[in-house]
Amino acid sequence: MDSLPKLLDGLSVTFLLTIVAILVGFILGISLSLGRVYGNKAVSAICVGYIEIFRGTPLLVQLFIIYFGLPSIGIALSPLHCALLGLSLNSGAYQAEYLRGSLQAIPSGQMIAARTLGMTKLKSIRNVILPQALRISIPAWSNELIYLFKYTSIASIIQVSELTKEGELIASRNFRYIEIFLIIALIYVVFTFIITEIIDRITKKTSIPGLGVQERVRTRLT
Amino acid sequence: MPMLEVKDIYKSYGTCEVLKGISFSMEQHETKVIIGTSGTGKSTLLKCINQLDPPDKGKVWLESEEITNPSTDINKIRQKIGFVFQDFNLFNHLTALKNVSIGLEKVKKIEKEKARERAMNELKRVGLEKQVNQYPAQLSGGQKQRVGIARALAMDPSIILFDEPTSALDPELIGDVLEVMKSLAGKVAMLVVTHEMGFARNVADEIIFMEGGVIVEKGSPKQMFQNPKVERTKQFLGKISTLYGTE
Repeated sequence: MDSLPKLLDGLSVTFLLTIVAILVGFILGISLSLGRVYGNKAVSAICVGYIEIFRGTPLLVQLFIIYFGLPSIGIALSPLHCALLGLSLNSGAYQAEYLRGSLQAIPSGQMIAARTLGMTKLKSIRNVILPQALRISIPAWSNELIYLFKYTSIASIIQVSELTKEGELIASRNFRYIEIFLIIALIYVVFTFIITEIIDRITKKTSIPGLGVQERVRTRLT
Repeated sequence: MPMLEVKDIYKSYGTCEVLKGISFSMEQHETKVIIGTSGTGKSTLLKCINQLDPPDKGKVWLESEEITNPSTDINKIRQKIGFVFQDFNLFNHLTALKNVSIGLEKVKKIEKEKARERAMNELKRVGLEKQVNQYPAQLSGGQKQRVGIARALAMDPSIILFDEPTSALDPELIGDVLEVMKSLAGKVAMLVVTHEMGFARNVADEIIFMEGGVIVEKGSPKQMFQNPKVERTKQFLGKISTLYGTE
């Protein structure tokens, strides 16, 4: 029980990693997906290249390259900063793909109607396309959030003292691996459940009346 | 110079030449109806006018400003050209009221309250004061199209282009939309692509019959219906009258 404060310390690092990576990744993801869908050939190609590289290589390999590679070109980051950077860059690529799917699901008439009113392309995207695309992408995006929450445990390999790492340290001292890791598993499960619930509420709250999944199911039943 | 001048428009998609030299003009507050079989480039012509699909050749002027000139600020010109779509294209995530006010707020930079008020008035004008807070998915086709018309009207355009505004509607709902369009005649210029012969006959100042990417014949409804000069016009109008009725 005296190991609990340590676990809580680790948990707060896990939260930090998750929150920073999901937010930075979100901004990155929006930029990449917009660049891929609406950019000119060069911009689109750069975005595709980025996305494919980060989705095509293991997260652990990316972390190692950042952790061991950056010092060799004179940039020395702490393990925590390496993990924040790696997770954010990686999550950006995945979020870009979720968003791209949603952007492409918006009927072309929406953009045409916006342009017809005299909106610039950028204004049309901001006022008409994104508000709809973001709503559609919430379910897929919530998967990314949940994955990310658990993938932060990989940061333990580059010595970041997040939840899994703290557990490992404690267990290596008292040899109660099973108990410690069961507790850790429980913590992950509880918070995953909480995140899912929160996202569910957001989905309901932001759903477009008459278009929501809930409503469609209801109509089918009656 | 006329309010709208369309001169010698050509447009191809790949090897398919859709428009082969279209010219006509419109005065302020005039209503013109374009008729013709499907695939003759009527919708393409409308998109060439507001540069949604710029023509390959030819010029368009609106109020003495050359729209087809690349240095013209097209976003500014489009505020003066309303567009009503066959499949409405309302913004799905916005209420009827917001659909109408968004252009005023985001494009014309009118402050929120005033834009709201203006949008409210336009929705009243098309008979939808009760539906202002409903979302597109909660409206019938006829109501959606009237929101579409209100959205175009709110921008205070010089001309509104209608691209088969009643083709996607149930027969029962067409009447409401046509009523609204009729009420606009003489107040704003309208260029309407439609198969509604009753509307063409009673409301249009001029009917333009297009086929194969060219204008076959144009004239007043009376002349076109009673005494068309070209044999093909007679054929087409005869066929469409049996299909859709003359009134």
